Amino acid sequence: MQPEKRSNSESILEVKGLKKYFPVSRKHTVKAVDDVSFEVYEGETLGVVGESGCGKSTMGRAILYLQPPTAGQVTFNGKDLSTLKGRERRKLRKEMQMVFQDPYGSLNPRMTVGAMLGEIVRTHRIVPKHEVANYVRELLVDVGMKPEHADRYPHEFSGGQRQRISIARALAVQPKLIVCDEAVSALDVSVQAQILNLLRKLKQERHLTYLFISHDLSVVKHISDRVIVMYLGKIVEMANKHDLYAQPRHPYTQALLSAIPKMGEEKRERIILKGDVPSPLAVPSGCPFHTRCPIAQKVCAERKPEWHKVGDGHYVACHFA
Amino acid sequence: MSEPLLKVEHLDVGFKNRKSFVKILDDVSFDIQPGETVCIVGESGCGKSLTSLAIMGLLPPGGRIAGGKIIYNHEDLTKKSAKEMSNIRGNEISMIFQEPMTSLNPVHTIGKQVAEAILIHQSVSKKEAWDRAIELLRLVGIPSPEARVKNYPHEMSGGMRQRVMIAMALACRPKLLIADEPTTALDVTIQAQILEQMNELKKRFGMAILMITHDLGVVSEMADKVIVMYAGKVVETTDTKRLFQNPRHPYTQGLIASMPRLDKEVDELPIIPGNVPAPEDMPTGCRFSTRCPFATELCRTKAPGLYGDEAHRVSCWMYTNEWAGGGQEHATGETIKL
Repeated sequence: MQPEKRSNSESILEVKGLKKYFPVSRKHTVKAVDDVSFEVYEGETLGVVGESGCGKSTMGRAILYLQPPTAGQVTFNGKDLSTLKGRERRKLRKEMQMVFQDPYGSLNPRMTVGAMLGEIVRTHRIVPKHEVANYVRELLVDVGMKPEHADRYPHEFSGGQRQRISIARALAVQPKLIVCDEAVSALDVSVQAQILNLLRKLKQERHLTYLFISHDLSVVKHISDRVIVMYLGKIVEMANKHDLYAQPRHPYTQALLSAIPKMGEEKRERIILKGDVPSPLAVPSGCPFHTRCPIAQKVCAERKPEWHKVGDGHYVACHFA
Repeated sequence: MSEPLLKVEHLDVGFKNRKSFVKILDDVSFDIQPGETVCIVGESGCGKSLTSLAIMGLLPPGGRIAGGKIIYNHEDLTKKSAKEMSNIRGNEISMIFQEPMTSLNPVHTIGKQVAEAILIHQSVSKKEAWDRAIELLRLVGIPSPEARVKNYPHEMSGGMRQRVMIAMALACRPKLLIADEPTTALDVTIQAQILEQMNELKKRFGMAILMITHDLGVVSEMADKVIVMYAGKVVETTDTKRLFQNPRHPYTQGLIASMPRLDKEVDELPIIPGNVPAPEDMPTGCRFSTRCPFATELCRTKAPGLYGDEAHRVSCWMYTNEWAGGGQEHATGETIKL
């Protein structure tokens, strides 16, 4: 499954056969991420969608080696992360940053915003010492805050402002890639729109690449260029966003899109999936989706579907797509 | 129009802090007809959950109804004693919450908990209550309920737990079900299941639903009528179709515009600048005036009433005579256009 190269864009991140297993007892293993491969092109936003437990967040962490993967290869800018040790890996990690969902839990409550950002800038020697304070203030302005906010503590800010601070923290080390893990999910709609616009502006100004993980298909459609759909630790479909949303090929993607309540639309027929997502401890045989799939046949329980191409850059893992 | 099932009139609710009484809900009025689904929509801190808790008589400690009436069945619920209210809760009005894990008791089987709800409110034997519990679980779409009654809450998924909550709420066939963000914690495919189930049960029992949500998509799928709240006030009420086709209040317009949509493509999302003001320093005039793109001196100094007719009400000066240049002193709030 080698996605074809796009002529005008280089891949910045390459993930090959990535696995992350968690042993829960001697006999059982949770395969949170199971053999996932894809590329992220420089300057694009790649959206990752799926429901809770599909492994999208674990995948984000494994890519950054926050939780080293069980198997597989992560290549960033031509360098294989698994072969790098200590200082080399830290250096590379500076180029890959993460923004988390919870702006309350991910900021140190005992440090002022300026002290926190300053510490990062000094540790990584981003600018000379005497310029740190200035750099931090400029950073805050860049994310839509005021320079004087540097002297305040996280609890003095609203959820949206805290998320701006989290983004400033990620930007402080001048990364190339940012993994956004449900970065706008805890925010109210009107604030969510502000943060989405900010992410877009920063991407253009700083030539960033995003891996944007979210459960919200509307948000992912808004911000992404291409989208990956995950189910039970596997990628079931990948396409550019126009193809994916206009012509979803995997029955799971179709059901997901159909399940979203849409604004200002008359009541309509929807695909309602039966049952719950199976436990990741007992992933169904064959196609992991066959237990809930409306078009499942005998073969789906027996054989794993091939990952195959169905259109330009459009891939799907389903026997009948 | 028939007699409403529930009528909330000029409801004020607030909390006492060390020095003063801080009003959170200010002059909230709406009504619910029998069998109707009404959605209250708004962002965090708009008072939507507090409204539902006030109706249930379940205000958190320190909270107090400072004025107004809640008329249910010709009786004012704000005048009821705690005992009378507990009789109404469950029998007449039931409620389900966002977090089905914390609302269920982890040390009892779900069968026991559903049966208990029946035993408290109805004079039936334990055996009958148990059988009814199984029936109820079947009704809300739990597969093989005979086996599932013996499960503990932790053995069930989030969607299944919410179904159990609905079963308990329906145990006594309430006339009004209050659902506070019932699907917010659930995945979209499970949310679709639960919403469909609620619509089906509503049709079957003819009960009214008051649904609290922040999700305009859910509103669109569920509601007959919508109440938009902002900072403790009702800013707009109308039927669902009209709200999405013809939103009038600048806040409603901003809220709808700022949602990323599947059917539309924009580079930059329209935003509502700023944040909701804190309850202690609410602006004296219209509470939205600090973020409103159309705000004038009138908006900043004098709070608007709720203008319009039965079909569509808006709390905004733009739709009054005063807006067209009339004197502020004589602001009567007569509607000129809607």
